[in-house]
Amino acid sequence: MRSVILKTATRLMVGLIMMFAVYLLFRGHHEPGGGFAAALVAGTGFALFAIAEGPGKVREAVRLRPILVAVSGLGLAALSGLPAALMGKPFLAGVWWTVGRPAGAGMTIGTPLIFDIGVFLAVLGAILSIILALEEN
Amino acid sequence: MTSVDGEKHSGGRGRGGLYSVALPLAVLIALFYCWPAVAAGRVISVSWPWMPSLDLHLSFRLDGLSLLFALIVCGAGVLVTLYSSSYMAGHRHAGRYFVLLHGFMLSMLGIVTADNLLLLFVCWEGTTVFSYLLIGFDHESGKARDNARQALLVTGAGGLALLIGILLLKMAGGTYTISQWVSAGGGMQDHPLYLFILIMVLLGAFTKSAQFPFHFWLPNAMSAPTPISAFLHAATMVKAGIYLLMRFHPLLGGTPAWMCILVIVGGVTAVWSAVQAFGPVDLKRVLAFTTTMALGMMTMFLGGQSATVLTAAATFLLVHALYKAALFLAAGIIDHETGTRRLDRLGGLARGMPLTALAVAAAAMSMAGFPLFFGFIGKEIMYKGALAEDMFPQFATVAAVLANALMTAVAAVLLLGPFAGKRPPALPEARDPDWRMWVGPLILGGLGILFGIIPEWVSANLIQPAVWAFHPAHEEVLLTLFHGFNIPLLLSVITLSLGAVFYGLRRPVGALVTAAAQRLPLTAGGTYDHGLYLFLKGAKAITNRLQNGALHTYLAVIVLVMVAAVAWPWATRAVYAFPAPRIADHMAALGLVAVIAVSTLVVLLARKRLMAIGGLAGVGAGVALIFLVFGAPDIALTQLLIETLTIIIVSLVLLRLPPLEAAKKRRTCRRLLDGALALGAGGVMTALLLGVLQYPLDRALTTFFEANSYLAAHGRNVVNVILVDFRSLDTFGEITVVVLAAWAGVALIRKTKEPS
Repeated sequence: MRSVILKTATRLMVGLIMMFAVYLLFRGHHEPGGGFAAALVAGTGFALFAIAEGPGKVREAVRLRPILVAVSGLGLAALSGLPAALMGKPFLAGVWWTVGRPAGAGMTIGTPLIFDIGVFLAVLGAILSIILALEEN
Repeated sequence: MTSVDGEKHSGGRGRGGLYSVALPLAVLIALFYCWPAVAAGRVISVSWPWMPSLDLHLSFRLDGLSLLFALIVCGAGVLVTLYSSSYMAGHRHAGRYFVLLHGFMLSMLGIVTADNLLLLFVCWEGTTVFSYLLIGFDHESGKARDNARQALLVTGAGGLALLIGILLLKMAGGTYTISQWVSAGGGMQDHPLYLFILIMVLLGAFTKSAQFPFHFWLPNAMSAPTPISAFLHAATMVKAGIYLLMRFHPLLGGTPAWMCILVIVGGVTAVWSAVQAFGPVDLKRVLAFTTTMALGMMTMFLGGQSATVLTAAATFLLVHALYKAALFLAAGIIDHETGTRRLDRLGGLARGMPLTALAVAAAAMSMAGFPLFFGFIGKEIMYKGALAEDMFPQFATVAAVLANALMTAVAAVLLLGPFAGKRPPALPEARDPDWRMWVGPLILGGLGILFGIIPEWVSANLIQPAVWAFHPAHEEVLLTLFHGFNIPLLLSVITLSLGAVFYGLRRPVGALVTAAAQRLPLTAGGTYDHGLYLFLKGAKAITNRLQNGALHTYLAVIVLVMVAAVAWPWATRAVYAFPAPRIADHMAALGLVAVIAVSTLVVLLARKRLMAIGGLAGVGAGVALIFLVFGAPDIALTQLLIETLTIIIVSLVLLRLPPLEAAKKRRTCRRLLDGALALGAGGVMTALLLGVLQYPLDRALTTFFEANSYLAAHGRNVVNVILVDFRSLDTFGEITVVVLAAWAGVALIRKTKEPS
């Protein structure tokens, strides 16, 4: 199933899909989206890429072994719980920092964002490893 | 037996093992440092919390009883590691061997010093596991693996019984801390749960210490390397059960049930094992039977209540540890140097290996109980103890005399068989080994003589503190060289004469025992084998039925269980009235339901796989849109994405299968059953959801999340805030499952690629 139309369309689409995934990931805290949904979108994008160009190209593009991506996501999620634990709060409790001007006008960045990125990587790695294994079979 | 012949290694000069002596030596020196204080009646204890909520503390306590056992463990540990550094030199798994040996030794020290029953249990299981690994050390031999599994199953089952006993004890007595019983003074003997606790604890002790009818694993455990047999299966691990009986003596002992069980089981084990020791030709197997005999004797004496009989048990413990470890190590030397340990092929070794012969002579004389040896002191006090048993003193005395007489004859066989007489021509000329190997048996044999000459010192510094630790009456029972002309002395004389007679009759007796053992209609070992066979057969039958590889069956079972589990409570509570929803409010949703229904029909009736997949996609999209209609954009988005991905994965799999037209049609009745199951599942879920709607929605959580989402967690998307902040630990668990499932899935997909 190596059609020229699919290949050409995929080139255009995959970039957009990935951007959409990142967009979903970062908007998730306020609007529909989040790490899990973003991982599903990115996974769909990679699946499309794999169907059009073959799993080998996807592996080249990702560079890391998919299961390594998944495990590093788990590790990142676990790490995001440590600052709270070090500050004497329960493990994984949210810790927030304000960037820019104080008193509400600045942007708040917190460990839940890091946790969400961990979720994204874990789920994406899991999807990728399954899809690539199936494609290669 | 794995290899009766030839356990000889390439015999390098490896010194690596020598460093492993450091650990037991350091502990031994520490024990020597504590010894005077403990012998004077002080108790040394340390404690750290481990899991205080479970009343589990890392608390250790060194009293007289612990000291006696710890000294045996570390003393034998030093000699055995030293011996092993030569015996195992050049073995390719020598490193693994020493790690397991040290792991075992620390677990054993944990058992004898633990003050917390749960900690004791943890160490108890530790010795079981290390013993399993060491018996199966020669893991390429199927027989060794079988023997290791047998030991693991028997002692492991006993360990579980012990755990039940400990938990019941906690229920009945309220504490896991051993020292608190002693200070409280009260036993469990009158508690209604007493009999259950007793049986469970005894099961644990009897399996570990190879008491009848669980004795059969110990002779089979001889497939371990010989130093391991000396350490684990003679001097230390099998004594763990004896230690347990001693520790529990003030708490559970003294009742008719305790006395009756211990005296009978111990006596039967002692005599039956002593008789069986005549059968085998393998040196180590003979020694194994004499070990179970000794363990039986100790159990029998622990059935008593007076200080004399308990002193007899403690004394014999030390006597036996000394001579048996020496004999095992010597058996290892013979095996290592000549390449065989079959009694019928050995002879005349005394000339080539005088030091080994000397050690064996000292150990065997102590075993036979000749005067001036420590074994003689042990035997005297044993007879005194047997006569002082509270229950069945005649039985105990006869059993003791008979078993000891048989032991005397076996000792003679062990000494004279390999060392005296002429060397058989087939046997290679053997020399004494490296000093690291002969020093152990020689020291142990020497101690047997030394302790026999200064019994008063041993009594005051080792035995008496040990007995007083579990016998609060503090009666003085001193061991002396000569007790005067009395009944024990007479019994000793009878024993030695009977032993000489048995030695003279050893060949016919041996043949008789072998023949009788083969004719027995029911043996413990045979029952074990048969039980294991039936168990494996049953497991195989069940697995073949449930895990037959047909996905259809798996799904049918899962769905059926779900339907039954939900429908059963439903039917019993008889909730049938549902409020009818107002149709006019939900026209959009009804339109989607129609789309879903049509898509489902497409899946059912499709003649091509692609068509069916398209139908599935329609179902998924319809469900996602329903969420959107009811105002849950987050769930709708996720559902839509999941459906997309599912369709991709499903098509990756399904489109590779043979076309649908070629597939064999299922029979109509089967299809009807499947349809009924599907409708049942759908009906049950619908009923469940409608049932939920009957109750007013509890909005407490929703209100909390809505109120706190932005203020506490800086997020306006409540769903996401719940996922990554409020309940992030749950999410963490879920992504762990996702990753592990993917990992396992990849492994399964890869496996199908292998040519089968």
